[in-house]
Amino acid sequence: MTEFIKGLRGFRRGAWEMVASILIALGVFMLMQPFALSLYSASFIVTLVGTVMFIIVSHFPE
Amino acid sequence: MLDSSADRAVGETSPVVSKRSQGLSDRAIAWLFVAPSIFLLLAVNIFPLIWTVRLSFTNFRVNRPNAEVQFVGLKNYISVLTDGDIWQTMQATAHFLIWTIVLQVLIGFALAYLINKKFRGNDLWTTVIVLPMMLSPAVVGNFWTFLYQPQIGLFNYAVGYLTGTDPSAFSMIGDVSLAPWAIVIVDTWMWTPFVMLICLAGLRSIPSSIYEAAECDRASKWRQFWTITIPMVLPFLMLAVLFRGIENFKMFDLVVQLTGGGPGSITELTSINLKREAFEKWRTGYASAYAVILFVTVFGLASIYVKALNKVKQR
Repeated sequence: MTEFIKGLRGFRRGAWEMVASILIALGVFMLMQPFALSLYSASFIVTLVGTVMFIIVSHFPE
Repeated sequence: MLDSSADRAVGETSPVVSKRSQGLSDRAIAWLFVAPSIFLLLAVNIFPLIWTVRLSFTNFRVNRPNAEVQFVGLKNYISVLTDGDIWQTMQATAHFLIWTIVLQVLIGFALAYLINKKFRGNDLWTTVIVLPMMLSPAVVGNFWTFLYQPQIGLFNYAVGYLTGTDPSAFSMIGDVSLAPWAIVIVDTWMWTPFVMLICLAGLRSIPSSIYEAAECDRASKWRQFWTITIPMVLPFLMLAVLFRGIENFKMFDLVVQLTGGGPGSITELTSINLKREAFEKWRTGYASAYAVILFVTVFGLASIYVKALNKVKQR
């Protein structure tokens, strides 16, 4: 966990890619879940932020 | 003799041509070869994508080319993301996607595992199993509608024979609760061979020496399966899931032929719904926003999936 926080502070690729991946997965789940329309409405912005973040952080150093 | 011919050829080359070919650097020649592909990629993929994003912020309707096109900001995105019907199609797509992938991976891997064992008629069975994959989705959709017929359908007859129920008592494509499963069954029937072939490639790439070493260490078959077979086939399996996931997310032809999105809109997947919005209701701007949302979703998923695949390969 401390390694993960260190990675985030040091702008390391692994930690930030993990955050972006979680956001994308969360966005896709929100898009397709059958529970709440409000989650569906917010899904795109979550996926978009995750995807753009993924593209940017994949250029960070290892 | 050869030398003199070569010298003569060099001597006969016009100085202009010779100078021109000398003038092109390796980099320029490389660009010359790559340029047509890049141009095609830009024209066929990138430009339409940028144009779709642009249209998604307008009220453009392609059936009214002379009407004034107005910038509407995020209105189309808000409409798509608050539409209960589209939410319903997303759920139908999720049901289709999850079940087809689970069934295709399980059955495909099991078939590959069996086919990988040497037995009489091995090649013949491989060919027979692969046949459905070679058929056109439109043809498959059409003949499965006959198989699903309550009165004359072979599927209903087989289910009735095995379970003792009346074959005409249920309709796979007419019943709201059965129709989503009807499309899952057909897609699984058609595309399991594809997953099987990829798994077979994975299984055949495992060196037999690893199993021999495991035998020497007295590892049981069960342990060999979980510690050798599964980890070594995993990258192939993940690749199959990626291919099938992307393909099924945009599934159109098979389902249109089979159910047309019905009964009601219970099997209306996102691509079918998108086509209706774009080319039946002619809401081009709205449909563009819808398409952008789907594109970002697939792109995001593919990104994390490729990352996971690379991690598994590095192990």
